Amino acid sequence: MSFPVILGVLVLLTILGFFVGRSRAMGVVGGQANQLHSRPHYYGHFIGAWCAIPGVLLFLAWVALETSVIESMVIASLPPNLANLPQAEMNLLINDIVNLSRGDVTSRAVVETDVRAAADFYAQLKSSSKTLLLAITVVLALAGMLFARARIAPDLRARNRVERVVMIIMIICSTIAVLTTIGIVLSLVFESLRFFQKVAPTDFIFGLEWSPQTALRADQVGATGLFGAIPLLAGTMLISFIAMCVAAPVGLMAAIYMSEYAPAKVRGAVKPALEVLAGIPTVVYGFFAALTVAPFFRDTGIELGLVISSESALAAGMVMGIMIIPFVSSLSDDVISAVPQSLREGAYGLGATKSETIKQVILPAALPGIVGSLLLAVSRAIGETMIVVMAAGLAANLTANPFEAVTTVTVQIVTLLVGDQEFDSAKTLAAFALGLILFCVTLVLNIIALSIVNKYREQYD
Amino acid sequence: MTDATTMNAVSGSGLRKSHSGDIVKASLKRRYAAEKRFRAYGIAAILFALSMLAILFSTIIGKAVPALTQTMIQLEITLYPQDIDPDGTRDPDVLSTANYRKLIRQAMFDLFPDVTSRRDKRQLYDMISPGAVFTIRDQVLKDPSLIGQRMTFQMPMSDDIDQLNKGAIRADLPESERRVNDKQIAWFKRLESRGIVETVFNTTFFTAGDSREPELAGIWGAAVGSFFTMMVTLLIAFPIGVLSAVYLEEFAPVNRWTQAIEVNINNLAAVPSIVFGLLGLAVFINFFGMPRSAPVVGGLVLALMTLPTIIIAARSALKSVPPSIREAAFGLGASHLQVITHHVLPLAMPGILTGTIIGMAQALGETAPLLMIGMVAFIVDIPGGPLDPSTVLPVQIFIWADSPERAFVERTSAAICVLLSFLVIMNVGAVLLRKRFERKW
Repeated sequence: MSFPVILGVLVLLTILGFFVGRSRAMGVVGGQANQLHSRPHYYGHFIGAWCAIPGVLLFLAWVALETSVIESMVIASLPPNLANLPQAEMNLLINDIVNLSRGDVTSRAVVETDVRAAADFYAQLKSSSKTLLLAITVVLALAGMLFARARIAPDLRARNRVERVVMIIMIICSTIAVLTTIGIVLSLVFESLRFFQKVAPTDFIFGLEWSPQTALRADQVGATGLFGAIPLLAGTMLISFIAMCVAAPVGLMAAIYMSEYAPAKVRGAVKPALEVLAGIPTVVYGFFAALTVAPFFRDTGIELGLVISSESALAAGMVMGIMIIPFVSSLSDDVISAVPQSLREGAYGLGATKSETIKQVILPAALPGIVGSLLLAVSRAIGETMIVVMAAGLAANLTANPFEAVTTVTVQIVTLLVGDQEFDSAKTLAAFALGLILFCVTLVLNIIALSIVNKYREQYD
Repeated sequence: MTDATTMNAVSGSGLRKSHSGDIVKASLKRRYAAEKRFRAYGIAAILFALSMLAILFSTIIGKAVPALTQTMIQLEITLYPQDIDPDGTRDPDVLSTANYRKLIRQAMFDLFPDVTSRRDKRQLYDMISPGAVFTIRDQVLKDPSLIGQRMTFQMPMSDDIDQLNKGAIRADLPESERRVNDKQIAWFKRLESRGIVETVFNTTFFTAGDSREPELAGIWGAAVGSFFTMMVTLLIAFPIGVLSAVYLEEFAPVNRWTQAIEVNINNLAAVPSIVFGLLGLAVFINFFGMPRSAPVVGGLVLALMTLPTIIIAARSALKSVPPSIREAAFGLGASHLQVITHHVLPLAMPGILTGTIIGMAQALGETAPLLMIGMVAFIVDIPGGPLDPSTVLPVQIFIWADSPERAFVERTSAAICVLLSFLVIMNVGAVLLRKRFERKW
């Protein structure tokens, strides 16, 4: 018995409820649908809702609480010598019991009989929990069906009730986006606070050294990890700056050419081609950067007598810039097209050439929007992960030399969390603190950019 | 600035016509040159972007082509009963654990009787893929009556020999700079001259799961994982996205709360994807205790990430349905919800679906948040459901791109081509949908 089966049973009961409700409504009025307040299928939906909603709520609550309830029941059943273990050992024990009940390997060399018994108890609770859930779901759905069926009468306002339920569901759906943001903020802030209990916030924000390895033994060399975020922020800024050096001129000039010069045919062909650049997954750019662009720069550097690292900031930044070109060009294209035609005609009337009109009339008029689009592109570059994970370095160098390897905030988040299971060390928690910085910086950039763009749009509409 | 002063000069000296005409004429050449230059910058910018696109595609496709083939060896092997099934029970357990390796080694040594030293023997055997034993095992398990016969098996050669055969490992380099030594090259030449080496279409790549051995690695496991993940994403993001778009566009009163929701959706669309991965790790895995590496968690995270895209697209599709439709339906006595479900939603559906497909295409190519929730694990088995541990196509590309074996480069490129062709199909589908059902009111 598994969760999908239980959900399937619930769906079948709901469909049954629909038909029961419709035929009951027709039965009440002796087949004359015009005697009913609502169309007959609304009575079907009415009973369907009574079948489904209690069952779904119970199901969700069950899924959320099942594990913790079963675990506490297993702990309660343990003999006293095992039940009073400290927290960390208890977690390990629970883990072993769960693995044992599934027949997986455990961390124990010898499985004690008590643990074996607990694992059997756990497996038994798991399966009886599913059976119990199925039974309660069926009973709830049938009870809802009978209760709702008894209430069907010609003057029952079934449509209004169904519409109210749909309305409530829609309101719940529209709050999910808000809940997501709250979830992001809470999880980042909560884990960051735990991190700041281990590492002082000033050390984190102003520290110049980043070497996050924590020691296995206290007396090891370099036992305390250093969590200074400055080299990461500097690396992020360096790579984003290189990316913007590529994307800003290219994207802007492409946008100007396409909105002011290009014939409609060229525009129709080039615009989608540039959008393709935005649609390519970032992991593909990362592969391209690491395998083609970085070796190319390194070899060119050797030819020119320069030392260019094979994980240079230049390669990662340049490929990231290529990725961002379409963001800059399509947003700038929009704001340039939004400049009223009368401004252009005025400039032409004074004898200005096309490029003079663009440089002295259109660009100044479109400047706020262009700045907004550049800010959005910067925020995109700062948050970009895969290109830098694959093409930039891991060592935190505090340097402004684009030929050297630097690391970024996103690279460190990935390296700190990939393959790491323990969740209480400063190392893993540091990733959340970095995530908080990333979230705040991109959020501020986005808010500024969006408000600039919106304010500018209103000006000419 | 010089252009501006020129223009001032022109307008300020209107009386002395001939003189100002001279000034304009004198500067005209320069101004037209500037005009041409400016125009050339624009063309150069577009050419730069397009040429980068072309380089990207051509290098990746060029690197991917060799992955379509695999070097195989036709090896004649005697299935000695005493090695496979000494007791003659034909028990599947015995057959699946038998020492097929010994049989392959024996067959190889028979081909090269002059190879005697232990080290050379090991290097000779290393030319055959470790997966070759499974080729024999599967055939024996399928038909145990083969035991005792002498027959020819087609088996993959190791990735280094494969690369040598494809020319990616060059035999003219010094021996210390390549992964295949001189002896192995000589042996390979002898095998070739016997005509038992052949290059066949690489079906393994499209049917197998991941493997540490490049010649045994395939993308099917990742493709199935991607499928389950996308299903979860679609089932969650589409209904929630459409319902909240309908509410915000059609029902929501204009007040602080709905304005907050709107600002929030716009900002959520611009949050870096890796932050959604952190959310998934902290909330779904650590708080709710959901399984790591499972498509259901990946799907949930990607659904939250795609939600803003779908909501924004659905809202603009709803907005484009003209008010006359609504007014006509209201005039016939429909309730507000009936107007929406019977008239507005069906008309807006093509636009909503287009936005959904584009959002799903983004989610399909997303890698970073899935690394956070453990989908980067090494998983050999093909996942059987959304709760099984699995990986997805972009993450598989990331894993292979990190592998040191040279043969993974072509497989990574080929996997990228597969991923890109899925994306192209989805985007073309979205464009066709828009063209087919687009209505001008």
